[in-house]
Amino acid sequence: MKEKIIEARNLTKKYDDFTAVNDISFQVEKGEIFGLLGPNGAGKTTTINMLTGMAKISAGKIYYDGIDLTKNMKKAQEIIGVVADESNLYDEMSGYDNLCFCGSLYGLSKTERENKAKDLLNIFRLNEAGNAKFKAYSKGMKRKLTIAAALIHNPQILFLDEPTPGIDVASARQIRDLIKTLNEKNTTVFLTTHYIEEAERLCDRVAFLNKGKIIMIDTVNNLINAAKDENLIEVVLKEKISEKVQFALKLNEEFPYVNCSFKNDDTLNIISSKQIDISPIVNHLSSQNKFIIEARLHRPSLEDAFVKWTGIEIDLMKKEKEKK
Amino acid sequence: MKQSIAFWNILLKDMKNYYLKPPNISWGIVFPFAWMLMMFIRTRTVFNIEEVFSGIVAMSILFGTTSMLSVTITFERKSRSFERLLLAPIRMELLITAKITGAILFGIFNSIIPVLFSVLYFKAAVADWTMLVTGIILLSIISTLLGLFISVSAKEVFEAQTYSNFFRFPMIFLCGLFIPISALPVLIQPLSYLLPVTYGVDILKYSITGDNALSIVLDLAFVITFCFVLFYSSLFFIKKKWII
Ligand SMILES: Nc1ncnc2c1ncn2[C@@H]1O[C@H](COP(=O)(O)OP(=O)(O)OP(=O)(O)O)[C@@H](O)[C@H]1O
Ligand SMILES: [Mg+2]
Repeated sequence: MKEKIIEARNLTKKYDDFTAVNDISFQVEKGEIFGLLGPNGAGKTTTINMLTGMAKISAGKIYYDGIDLTKNMKKAQEIIGVVADESNLYDEMSGYDNLCFCGSLYGLSKTERENKAKDLLNIFRLNEAGNAKFKAYSKGMKRKLTIAAALIHNPQILFLDEPTPGIDVASARQIRDLIKTLNEKNTTVFLTTHYIEEAERLCDRVAFLNKGKIIMIDTVNNLINAAKDENLIEVVLKEKISEKVQFALKLNEEFPYVNCSFKNDDTLNIISSKQIDISPIVNHLSSQNKFIIEARLHRPSLEDAFVKWTGIEIDLMKKEKEKK
Repeated sequence: MKQSIAFWNILLKDMKNYYLKPPNISWGIVFPFAWMLMMFIRTRTVFNIEEVFSGIVAMSILFGTTSMLSVTITFERKSRSFERLLLAPIRMELLITAKITGAILFGIFNSIIPVLFSVLYFKAAVADWTMLVTGIILLSIISTLLGLFISVSAKEVFEAQTYSNFFRFPMIFLCGLFIPISALPVLIQPLSYLLPVTYGVDILKYSITGDNALSIVLDLAFVITFCFVLFYSSLFFIKKKWII
């Protein structure tokens, strides 16, 4: 077991009678990218707000590095950087001044914060815009500067509430790469997202959150594996098979522990409830002079897993987001 | 040390972004002139400077600070940049003190022009300079804290503005500036004594003419008590309402 840097125990948040986050528990390991994935109103922002001292906790406890800081979130704020779901820098100030000001809030000396601000502008490729006012930035640039501002004091943990909301593909990709790089340099990342592909691409571990409850929590691979009911290997042959039914029948006799069928004229589907050793099948095919050009394991995606465990229609979730 | 860096930079940023902007500086200069003009029209003759001096100073401070602070804080809350401050590892007491210090200094700045003008041009005689300075500082603090209190309830910038006026205009008539409190209807008089500005104005009157309504010790005690009450009750509501 790796060292845990954050632990939430039975966290609950109530707004009057409404329970936004309902008794959730989880741990974040040092050095990982942990993702909270869920639809609108699942309670993602509320969870981040509790973890960062921006919302009062109705019940439960929060530990940082094993220390109970539930009642002392100011202490936690020293080691965390927070990127809110919307840009919240000063419109009238330049990018550079914004970064320096944020540095001063964490007590960085003038030279420290100036150097770090220049570094960050460099890393985020915002050098040229450094002296422009924040309000003149494009959406993607604003997002990048907001992330940079959260990094000014070298936090151990970076919280990101939706890393790439409404940002074009290229900028989103750049931001994801930056998050990856940052993580490789030992920053623990806690992010929320409703983009399943984003969670799949970025996160080591993911929690599915719905209606304030954690439904599943595991590594991306385990979540996917747990979602698949069967193993499916597709074998693509160079030449089309004319008598598919008979060919498949023979294969099934030869290898009774799998179920073979043709997906189309040149693609054979091999299905089993267990893991499949395809070498004997491949050998068999080649002994019959079949030229195999590809054999691939069909991987279910995190999306399949998400749908299976939460019962949420993905298309519906995407549409809701677009409406926003 | 770290906290003092944060404090200083919050103050500096507010100064640069709000208080030292040309429109605000010119406000601090033009506004007191407007008050003087009003006094002049009111008396219709060359007015007795000692009589109106404290009024001009008090109004300049009150109108310079209250809405200024409540508007800037509400604006920052609305644009969410205020979150940055709440997210920083700075004690709330210090954070709020940093935010109000800018407005307090601005209030003091607002009083400089009327004081200089009255003393240098109208040759007003100041009986007690120490008390004048003390009064100006205390009035700046109390007007700023009123602005802080307002910003706790305002959600929109226009609300902050409206609430400020809602507080300020009745205050002008109730604090004994233009109408002595004793000349007010008996039923309204207690209201006057509930207003912290009343005591601040009395300190100013004392410092200029020595002709004030209450005991100076009482004035000072009341204003300082009001400051603490306003500061801590604002803090209480901020913790309660802004971190939900
Ligand atoms: N201040 C509040 N008062 C009352 N209810 C609130 C408040 N903030 C959030 N909620 C409710 O709590 C629930 C969770 O909200 P939250 O913002 O955490 O969702 P989310 O997962 O971040 O959603 P999104 O994807 O839209 O950002 C929602 O039903 C929301 O309406
Ligand atoms: Mg959210």
